[in-house]
Amino acid sequence: MSGYDRALSVFSPDGHVFQVEYAMEAVKRGTCAVGVKGKDIVVLGCEKRSALKLQDTRITPSKIAMVDEHVCLAFAGLNADARILIDKARLEAQSHRLTVEDPVTIEYITKYIAGVQQKYTQSGGVRPFGISTLVVGFDKNDGTPRLYQTEPSGIYSAWKANAIGRSSKTVREFLERNHQEEMDREQTIQLTIKSLLEVVQTGAKNIEVAIMAPGERVEMLPDDQIEAYVKSIETEKQEEAAKKKTSRAGTTTAAILTRPGGGESAE
Amino acid sequence: MRGPTIIKAEDDKTRSLNKHTLMAFSGEAGDTIQFADYIQANVQLYTMRNDTELSTPAVGNFIRGELARSLRSRSPYTVNLLLGGVDPATEKPHLYWIDYLASLAPVPYAAHGYAQYYCLSLLDKHHNPNISLEEGMKLLEMCTDELKRRLPIDYKGVLVKVVTKDGVKEVDFDNDRIARAA
Repeated sequence: MSGYDRALSVFSPDGHVFQVEYAMEAVKRGTCAVGVKGKDIVVLGCEKRSALKLQDTRITPSKIAMVDEHVCLAFAGLNADARILIDKARLEAQSHRLTVEDPVTIEYITKYIAGVQQKYTQSGGVRPFGISTLVVGFDKNDGTPRLYQTEPSGIYSAWKANAIGRSSKTVREFLERNHQEEMDREQTIQLTIKSLLEVVQTGAKNIEVAIMAPGERVEMLPDDQIEAYVKSIETEKQEEAAKKKTSRAGTTTAAILTRPGGGESAE
Repeated sequence: MRGPTIIKAEDDKTRSLNKHTLMAFSGEAGDTIQFADYIQANVQLYTMRNDTELSTPAVGNFIRGELARSLRSRSPYTVNLLLGGVDPATEKPHLYWIDYLASLAPVPYAAHGYAQYYCLSLLDKHHNPNISLEEGMKLLEMCTDELKRRLPIDYKGVLVKVVTKDGVKEVDFDNDRIARAA
């Protein structure tokens, strides 16, 4: 061991803060979460850890949490760390209402969450949060969907669609290929589930989806509806595969790009 | 009417704490709003943290605790409250009378301030446990009539809100009605 990952707030000679990088590794091992913005909607999708036989799934906490009436958060990484961070965010959201009589903007609460995460990379006696978050929602009296990401280092960024957690690179590349501007509700939900299916093998029962629309409370998509989406996506895929086979027999034409086409993807 | 200051007539002295709980307050001007907002924020925070709505009795006991704490501080809140709510599951209505000394009492009807000296006797005489909404509104009208006749200030009427199992809603109330002589 080099010794530069003993104390957290110490640089290694080549400029790394190892504990923060380990935290990012913990995120990569967490289950996948996806966020997609549509025209006037924003959807969060999560891969659920498959429950054990005797586990009560009804009261096992979800990876999607409400921060305020109009702010929803999904995370990837250490569940226990997320609980603490979400609680801090909720407290700030109510505190903000109390002091300025307005609900938080999505950017404000993202900045706050990222700020807390940053603080835990530079203080003594603590370790960084092993989570990345996707923060979504709508500002007060504003129909523009918002989607932000935060990382253990304290970086935050805005996205049209993004994925965090296990195989997030695959999912992000899928989103880069298939995201369109001005998607309606159905398209947005479909893209979210479709992108998750790239990495979730077990299908509908291991996916959860939250939908947010302006001025409305969050809507958790019921299991049977997710199942319906998954089924229709799978039949669509099969049809495409069949089409491909027949077209390959004739001339070779690529139907739909399912693997990266260009080199524009950046990690 | 002729004083240097006039009470704002349409001031809303209520706060919805959740879908089915309403809190009305009176007392020291700044204290009331500060305290009501604080309670509102904490009830919402609890709902967010635990993913459950607090029942009206739970909110009542929380408020009492906060007032008791405040009472023993260097600058206590002087706020009197009425807390009303309906349990959406059992459809059972609740009403609590709370004062700045941190008393909490479940009551069938309630009033705070000067109004109680004029209204409680009427409520005493005409209230019954199975009173309907229509009868209740009639009784409220009797109370406001009494206030119009007897209150030694320029009485500006009331704002009426009804809490049912479906939530809180404001209802029209004719404040310009002339009270006939008793």
